[in-house]
Amino acid sequence: MSQSTATRTRPPAPPPPASPGSRRPVWPRRLWLATCYAILVPGAILFVAPFAWLVSASFQHMGDIFSWPPQWIPKNPTLDGYRGFFGIGEAGEHAQGSEGAWRWFLNSAFVATSVTVLQLFFNALAAYTFAKRRFPGRDIIFLLFLATMMVPPQVTLIPNYLVLKHIPFFGGNDALGNGGHGWLDSYWGLILPGAVSAFGIFLLRQYMMSIPDELLDAARIDGAGEFRVFWRVVLPLCTPALAATAIFTFTYAWEDFLWPLIVISSSDKFTAPLGLALFVVKNRTSWNLLMAGSVVATLPMIVAFLVFQRRFIQGISMSGLKG
Amino acid sequence: MWRERSAYAFLAPGLIVFSVFTVFALLFAFYLTFREWNILEPEKPFVGLENYRDMVQDEDFRRSIINTAYFTGASVPLGMAIGLGVALLLNQPIRGRGLLRTLYFLPTVTPFVVSAIVWKWLYNGDFGLFNFYLLKTHLISEPLVWLSNKNLAMPAVVLMSVWASVGFSMVVYLAALQAVPEQLYESARLDGAGPWARFRYVTLPMLAPSTLFLAVMGIIGSFQVFTQIYVMTGGGPVNRTTTMVYYIYEAAFKFYDMGYASTLAYGLFVLLLVFTAFQLRLYRKADL
Repeated sequence: MSQSTATRTRPPAPPPPASPGSRRPVWPRRLWLATCYAILVPGAILFVAPFAWLVSASFQHMGDIFSWPPQWIPKNPTLDGYRGFFGIGEAGEHAQGSEGAWRWFLNSAFVATSVTVLQLFFNALAAYTFAKRRFPGRDIIFLLFLATMMVPPQVTLIPNYLVLKHIPFFGGNDALGNGGHGWLDSYWGLILPGAVSAFGIFLLRQYMMSIPDELLDAARIDGAGEFRVFWRVVLPLCTPALAATAIFTFTYAWEDFLWPLIVISSSDKFTAPLGLALFVVKNRTSWNLLMAGSVVATLPMIVAFLVFQRRFIQGISMSGLKG
Repeated sequence: MWRERSAYAFLAPGLIVFSVFTVFALLFAFYLTFREWNILEPEKPFVGLENYRDMVQDEDFRRSIINTAYFTGASVPLGMAIGLGVALLLNQPIRGRGLLRTLYFLPTVTPFVVSAIVWKWLYNGDFGLFNFYLLKTHLISEPLVWLSNKNLAMPAVVLMSVWASVGFSMVVYLAALQAVPEQLYESARLDGAGPWARFRYVTLPMLAPSTLFLAVMGIIGSFQVFTQIYVMTGGGPVNRTTTMVYYIYEAAFKFYDMGYASTLAYGLFVLLLVFTAFQLRLYRKADL
């Protein structure tokens, strides 16, 4: 006990030892590291295997995918899967029902980008107001927002479906919202319900609390209006938090499945996950096309992860420690 | 005065979306639970508590709760334990850490639909890789139909979900491990604590907040499992993988019974609330 207190109260923090294990014998340490590798490397191979097989299968002919033993390296590599999936050239003509598959990716990109941009802007506006403004009802409204973080989206799924169906003046509806399909089967229905997120507001608010008020007051004294203060002073200071939430929002919107499944019915508005999943259900035979489509749907996520890896992990630990 | 009003203007877009799609939706769903609401029928009669009575007596709903509990109980602890193990090993001063971390994280960034499709193929009874390697190593003597076997379908879905979730727990645990001050280990060592004691009395307690976070998020997430089920099994065989959300989805969008489906959704909500409250309390007690 006295020893540990002594260590803790030792005046200025000691420089970290160059290598923490250097005082101990070298061999057990090497053995330990070897054990680490012996577990980690085979584990990593198992984790990547399904993925590697997906990529490999996407370059195989239909018959080769079914070959036994499975081919890890395609013997006759081909782009037929990709051509067929996107309906290009000869292979595309034989593929049933996948015309316009490229549209699914455009749809996904459009929807995910719109949701991300809207959410960042609206979340930040609300977060700023909760963090830095004083007005009657602030705490109650904020509490309400927080409370709804507990509500599972499945509870609001059904009423929201009905709400979208009865949006007036859209999709053939009259002023009372009857007669047509409203925002169902439209981009509006995919994007707008996701335009604000209570969790995003909460994270950004926590971050904005740390911005000193003096900074905002200085800008106000210089004659900046409230929006200008927000846009020019607060937002730039929040870049790390904004980036982290943007990445999550985008990946979440890109992967979302249940909501598009319910809202969208015509194939030219499918998002990529929806298109792929229904492809499995309807087009049971064309596994090579499906594998190619799956690779294309995964690629943006992997590229985004590799490019923003640090922010990605920062974001996870940020939500992990404060959530 | 103007400044105060502008605060409401800033909140307006958020408040509007939120009031319509969350607050109104919640109230509307509650209203629906007292009606028989088939979107194909013009009549939406008031039925009192009938939906609730049906829910309590519904064998299939009970089955879906059991399935969901099975899925949650198996996939959440497994994913967390493996994630912790990988994080502990990756926290050692080894070369190639960044690469290994990326490899373990790949399944987590793969869109769920894609993972489900690939695993559905891996589990294929005739051509799947699982059967191939298990037959080759003589662990099984004849091919198994994983996703159509009553007893294997759920474990198969669990395994796939664990694969997809390990990366997330690993990253959370790694961040927490790197935040443990080195002095704590130092002083424990001086007190004569061996590696196991250091892990048990220093590392684990310091990781407790992350563990709670992962458990709560994991349980909330797996109570809502849907995509894997839809793509891989369609709820079968004989309802063995019909989870609560899948059952709600079927009630609402296959049988168009919006009133009953809303009642089930509220049932899910209440279960989740009870679970989370229970967990937080358990945690607070353990902390003392």
